[in-house]
Amino acid sequence: MARIRLQHLRHRYRTEAGGEGDWALKQLDLEWAEGSANALLGPSGCGKTTLLNIISGLLRPTEGTVRFGEQDVTALPPDARNIAQVFQFPVVYDTMSVYDNLAFPLRNRGLGRAAVHERVREIAALLDLQELLPQRAAGLTADGKQKISLGRGLVRADVNAILFDEPLTVIDPHLKWRLRSKLKELHQRLRTTMIYVTHDQTEALTFADQVVVMNEGQVLQSGTPVELFERPRHTFVGHFIGSPGMNLLPATWEAGAARFDGLPVDCLPPRQPPRAGARLELGVRPEFVRFAADGIPVQVTKISDAGRHRVVETRHGETVIRLLVNEGEAVPAERAHLRFDPAHTQLFADGWTTAAGPGGAP
Amino acid sequence: MSDRTPNQKAWWLVLPVVVLVAFNAVVPLMTVVNYSVQETFGDNVFFFEGVKWFREVLHSERFRLSLQRQLLFTGLVLAIQLPLGVAIALAMPRKGPWVSVNLVLMAMPLLIPWNVVGAMWNILALPDIGLLGHTLNHLGFDYNYTRQPVAAWATLVAMDVWHWTSLVVLLAYAGLSAIPDAYYQAARIDGASGWAVFRFIQLPKMKRVLTIAVLLRFMDSFNIYTEPIVLTGGGPGNATTLLSIDLVKVALGQFDLGPAAAMSLVYFLIILLLSWVFYTTMTKGEVQ
Repeated sequence: MARIRLQHLRHRYRTEAGGEGDWALKQLDLEWAEGSANALLGPSGCGKTTLLNIISGLLRPTEGTVRFGEQDVTALPPDARNIAQVFQFPVVYDTMSVYDNLAFPLRNRGLGRAAVHERVREIAALLDLQELLPQRAAGLTADGKQKISLGRGLVRADVNAILFDEPLTVIDPHLKWRLRSKLKELHQRLRTTMIYVTHDQTEALTFADQVVVMNEGQVLQSGTPVELFERPRHTFVGHFIGSPGMNLLPATWEAGAARFDGLPVDCLPPRQPPRAGARLELGVRPEFVRFAADGIPVQVTKISDAGRHRVVETRHGETVIRLLVNEGEAVPAERAHLRFDPAHTQLFADGWTTAAGPGGAP
Repeated sequence: MSDRTPNQKAWWLVLPVVVLVAFNAVVPLMTVVNYSVQETFGDNVFFFEGVKWFREVLHSERFRLSLQRQLLFTGLVLAIQLPLGVAIALAMPRKGPWVSVNLVLMAMPLLIPWNVVGAMWNILALPDIGLLGHTLNHLGFDYNYTRQPVAAWATLVAMDVWHWTSLVVLLAYAGLSAIPDAYYQAARIDGASGWAVFRFIQLPKMKRVLTIAVLLRFMDSFNIYTEPIVLTGGGPGNATTLLSIDLVKVALGQFDLGPAAAMSLVYFLIILLLSWVFYTTMTKGEVQ
């Protein structure tokens, strides 16, 4: 087990030099603590898998270094890094039994018969595969095969880290939920560093202590689920995480205050006044908007029921502002006024927050 | 469904295929079956002989020897071409500009007419003037495929390997190209050796195309006629007289239509039987 650090990392697939858009991963520096449960969250094609393959050694980064603990492993192949990785689509060795599939990574590393047997039994029990052990792996269903892939990832006890690349994509929803809690439980027991790639915010936020949000080859924010929710550093994070996502209102900066359509809005104070010409937006989550006697005048246009609360859609001119109202609370019929919680309202300039980061980070 | 009126006109659509298959396969085959149970002395006069020719063929020393030579030839050819073809396919690049160059080079021998292949090798191996034959003799080997059975066999097998290994290469290469990258990635993560990757990923994934390769190579090599007849004419003596060459001798040389017909049918059934054996053993235990 080791701390994983990526320093000044950049990667592109094409070898010739090109524009900025050629970089599958733009420059990034990241660190994962030893024994932590992490998620890499972002839409398809944002570079998550590339990043994962660089950590496991399947890909060599164009620039930058990968360190496990103090050791520079950038040039090492996957087997020398002692890392486990589970892929999005199941990979099973068709001609082997389920047992041999699970034993394969151990046997390749010269583990003794008894030790192999013990580990395989343990992992099979964990994944409910005991009855399938003597069967040929080729005949299983997609989720059976993916459980084997997961099992091969988990079977080695001494790995530096286990990487999961959207491992539950092909799994049935009810089983998905169970396997996810199993993984979480396993992490708590083993305390192996785990990095879980997904585009599903629920998966990321329930599994991980630390979530890295990526978009277009760039790391937008790294933080705890609460930080990502309460203090998104970028409008993409605000929008991608949360349901519904953060409200974004076109804004201006006049006389030391943020304004929406000329109306002053209280928000977290910017570290410095925003640069002239920057595209300004006010961001506030629907959870932190409420009806009030005065404030921003809006028209209520739509109410949808979302279980314990209702999502109310309102309009001010062309701008849609959503808010959550608890069950049983009254919703004004047509005209109303909104107020935002100033501690959870941020001014974004060109997508990035102007407020100081949680814990003082830039 | 019951309210539909049956439309028998659809049979017209099947007719071309029926005609084609009839003239292409059924009629010739039935002619052979017809010959195989009769005796003729020309003038289109036939006498019914029952299974006499079949009994004769099955007890004939000559047929047994031809069959043995045929089995030896096919066995040698398969034993060399399959491993060699797979090895070449594994060594070929999977990406880059050399892929198409390799594929074209590999396909070349397959495009050459079979009698040309025979003639090429005939000239190439001539002990006095052929590049190969002359070089071998020059290097001190006593090589003359027109007189020595072993040299004739070596030349025959070398020619077939040159001509047909490409087919195995192309099939195996297609099989290899169809393996998703994730398998290789998983194997690297699992710490698999090169041999393990071959044994547990590449070979199983190539199994289907290799089954086809084995069947095609078996049938083709078991039927081979043109190249050996041009190269050795079945000699020296009868050393390279394979089943097909012997059959032509019986049918057209001696004009024994009855025995030749019986021999063709036995020949055909042997191919059918062995193909079935190959197919069932290679696809055994496969999940459908």
